[in-house]
Amino acid sequence: MATLKVSVGDQDHIQGNVKAACTLVEYGDYECPHCGAAYPLVKQIQRHFGSKLRFIFRNFPLTNIHANAQAAAEVAEFAGSKGQFWEMHDLLFENQDRLGNALFVELAQELKIDATELQKALDNKTFEAHVRADFSGGVRSGVNGTPTFFIDNQRHDGPMDYSTIVAKIEQALAS
Amino acid sequence: MSSLLSPGTQAPDFALPVTPDQKLSLSELRGKPVILAFYPADWSPVCGDQMALYNEILPEFQKHEAELLGISVDGVWCHTAFAKDRNLHFPLLADFEPKGAVARAYGAYFEQAGITERALFVIDKDGIIRWSYLSPIAVNPGADGILEALEALSK
Repeated sequence: MATLKVSVGDQDHIQGNVKAACTLVEYGDYECPHCGAAYPLVKQIQRHFGSKLRFIFRNFPLTNIHANAQAAAEVAEFAGSKGQFWEMHDLLFENQDRLGNALFVELAQELKIDATELQKALDNKTFEAHVRADFSGGVRSGVNGTPTFFIDNQRHDGPMDYSTIVAKIEQALAS
Repeated sequence: MSSLLSPGTQAPDFALPVTPDQKLSLSELRGKPVILAFYPADWSPVCGDQMALYNEILPEFQKHEAELLGISVDGVWCHTAFAKDRNLHFPLLADFEPKGAVARAYGAYFEQAGITERALFVIDKDGIIRWSYLSPIAVNPGADGILEALEALSK
């Protein structure tokens, strides 16, 4: 059974109660349609568990098949450095079919982030290393596609639907 | 499920088509570690399928100077189209005729379905199998086991 090798820490974006009893980690790619489909599912799961669950998103861009995935990941990390990671994460998934520079500028403006500074960060690859580190940690942990979820450090291998994941989290909470 | 060749065994040599007019043999790669990744079929309908994943991880395999070879019973033209579509940067070998002969030699043939299993082998520079793993056919095994095996080789 594959387990998470990189513990949740300061490098991570954590949503929900940081001291929650259960941890859900997603390795995802903003351009992957399956991650796009999982995006509302995660929200639904978070609503269901409330403060009992914390959610962490880590980057796993498949750059050979998704031309904009790496840049999108860096855009979200840039927004994170401005305290708006989750806002950007959500907007990227909500506009998944329009990923690209024009959209990045538009979303930066929507979040009142300096688009010129964003462009500079992309050109200078300021957040490339962070994204690569997420990716490498994912590989080590047995990430086998996108999205891959870990529930309390265990890779989730079954079907990716609401009831299956909720049942697994409930099991983790009970143990 | 099949019974894979185990660590310590000499890896059976083979020569399989890698392009419509070229063959690649395992013995040509002697001197470098080789990762053999048997997989059921081209065109599985997910992104981040096993081969696309390994394609992304290639730089990490290359740190160990390892050569990655994907193998399935798909024909060479099918592999060519698949590799082009997924932008793969490593060879796919066609275990097509006689069908599955190499997979059988490695104990990685799934007889009932007529396809190769999802089986991984790490072979050292002298051609000895150092690690093997058979994954349930529906579960993409990821690459953590391969990387650990490659690290163990360099110790």
